[in-house]
Amino acid sequence: MESILEVTGLTMDFGGLRALDHLDLDVKKGEIAALIGPNGAGKTTFFNCITGIYNPTGGDIIIRPPKGQGRKERINGIKPNHVTERGMARTFQNIRLFQNMSVLENVMIGRHCRTRTGVAGAMLRFRSTIEEEQAMVDYSYAIIEKIGLARFVNDLAKNLPYGAQRRLEIARAMATDPFLLLLDEPAAGMNPQETRELDGLINKIRDEENIAILLIEHDMKLVMSLSDRIFVMDYGRKIAQGGPDEIKRDPTVIKAYLGEDPDA
Amino acid sequence: MLSFAEIRRSVLVSAWFMFLTFPVMVIRVNPIEEVVEWRWRNLIMVGAGSFLISFVWRYLIARKERGKKAAEAGRAGGPPLARRAAVHAGFHKPLMGALAVFVLIFPFLFSTYQVNIMATALIYVMLGLGLNIVIGLAGLLDLGYVAFYAVGAYAYALLNHHFGLGFWAVLPIGAVMGATFGILLGFPVLRLRGDYLAIVTLGFGEIIRLVLENWNDFSFGPSGIANIDRPGFFGVEMSLEAATNYVYYLLIGLVLMTIFFVNRLQNSRIGRAWIALREDEIACQAMGIDKTKTKLTAFALGATWAGMAGVVFAAKTTFINPASFTFLESAIILSIVVLGGMGSIPGVIVGALVLILLPEYLRAFSDYRMLLFGAILVIMMVFRPEGLIAGARRVYEFKGKKETSDTADGIHT
Repeated sequence: MESILEVTGLTMDFGGLRALDHLDLDVKKGEIAALIGPNGAGKTTFFNCITGIYNPTGGDIIIRPPKGQGRKERINGIKPNHVTERGMARTFQNIRLFQNMSVLENVMIGRHCRTRTGVAGAMLRFRSTIEEEQAMVDYSYAIIEKIGLARFVNDLAKNLPYGAQRRLEIARAMATDPFLLLLDEPAAGMNPQETRELDGLINKIRDEENIAILLIEHDMKLVMSLSDRIFVMDYGRKIAQGGPDEIKRDPTVIKAYLGEDPDA
Repeated sequence: MLSFAEIRRSVLVSAWFMFLTFPVMVIRVNPIEEVVEWRWRNLIMVGAGSFLISFVWRYLIARKERGKKAAEAGRAGGPPLARRAAVHAGFHKPLMGALAVFVLIFPFLFSTYQVNIMATALIYVMLGLGLNIVIGLAGLLDLGYVAFYAVGAYAYALLNHHFGLGFWAVLPIGAVMGATFGILLGFPVLRLRGDYLAIVTLGFGEIIRLVLENWNDFSFGPSGIANIDRPGFFGVEMSLEAATNYVYYLLIGLVLMTIFFVNRLQNSRIGRAWIALREDEIACQAMGIDKTKTKLTAFALGATWAGMAGVVFAAKTTFINPASFTFLESAIILSIVVLGGMGSIPGVIVGALVLILLPEYLRAFSDYRMLLFGAILVIMMVFRPEGLIAGARRVYEFKGKKETSDTADGIHT
């Protein structure tokens, strides 16, 4: 399988602090990969670097969009909106919805970079504007139905139950038509029932929408059942990589999570 | 309600007020006769007054809390009466019809003075709706908005003075000038937000005013520009009264146009991008919105309406000078948007009418006018922080998907 995201030697320094230290990671077409590690390991910093929120100090972030006939592009330091335009969309660890917009409008924002109505179109409502707007509404509604939020479609995002807000973030990211979805702790704060539903949802997105997924998650049960491959980070470095069974048995991973066994 | 604890609290409040106001309300030194007057009667009045007010205040707060709880417990109440009346088709049409008739015959019912005041209020409706784009929708706190108003006004005044250009020719030029200055201000402040943005825009507003005040060769300094032509109507000569009425109708037309366009904008791709920017800048960028472009369009379009309003203002008053464009003007326009309801078109219209007409009609209370005005503002912000008419998001209908919305009720109750 070819990789659609290839990160090599990614380094990020904040002043004297090295948050990411020569990190290598890749995501292959159609896979679910997970990035795990103790708190403060640099997982979210990694997400911020590859989505353009931070400009990494060193290394390469190369994308190879599946629709681009194998064309490669280095995307270090480009703006977040350009990253999204190229097909990588993310969610946030602490939910960042547009609180005072309806569920539908939140998802419609995701369509922004795939549509083109300008100021003149907005004011004069040309035929093309109306058609584009209608297509946007239909597309967004279809996603909302798929994610299972149809009953909330006109509710304000802030009035949604917690689990639904998390799902709305995923719906919004999916509306940007990505080839890779980056989920930052999608199950944080969810109850076991909601987590099980999320498991099914993520699998469904991969299988039915053909979107690869890279997720950061602390819920080990979810990570182990979902992931094809797992990357483990500690102190900004990658300490292990492999399938779920390998990772479970890896002594360095156990050490990073539980500390060293003094009797050993 | 009348429990012991409540009374005790009110007593404490009134004691505190009596203590605070003691030096100014009770003691008066008469330097001529060299005696100190002790006005104990005032003390009693302050005490009794604050005792009563504290009761009323707490009653209102409690009522508001109860209302909030009721709204949270179940959404049985639905939208407020005012909104229901405005949206419900049975009310909507006659209501709008009556309003339209009233607006049209207004000049025939009232004196020229009243029409003049109303025209001023309508200018502020335009300004409020323009600033509403920048603050209410895009969430960019712009305290120098009056600068664009000044740009429009001086554009007309100077072009009229030097080249004899008429109102209708300059109206679009004023709009373009406003937009240009909006972008000029927009560029340096792209990276700023919140308080920092407010300070820089405030500075920008002052710069424009100071330039106008001091660059005598260009703007005729503090003495301003007089004898600006009134708006023409196919060269018809008009009496002062007719001219006033004409400006009034002209403004009604411009306000309707503003409402039309702003309404379309806020439910468009651009408008949603503005609101997303207001709600969360980082998420907005991460969802593929170009922050730079979105901010600049908001500044430019907001300033466009200020530019047009400026042209109308210059034509209406026929005289302008920098004193009309002080920070106080920016503050008033900002209050219109905040008081009316951020991001709500009817809210801003009501806000502008209240804020501009109220001081006029409170003239009867001359000395206490500003005091009352301030008190009304404070009370508004305590009891309706979302503004007179809060903004609401568009509701979309999905045909053949009724069953999904039925289950929604099951979830909420």
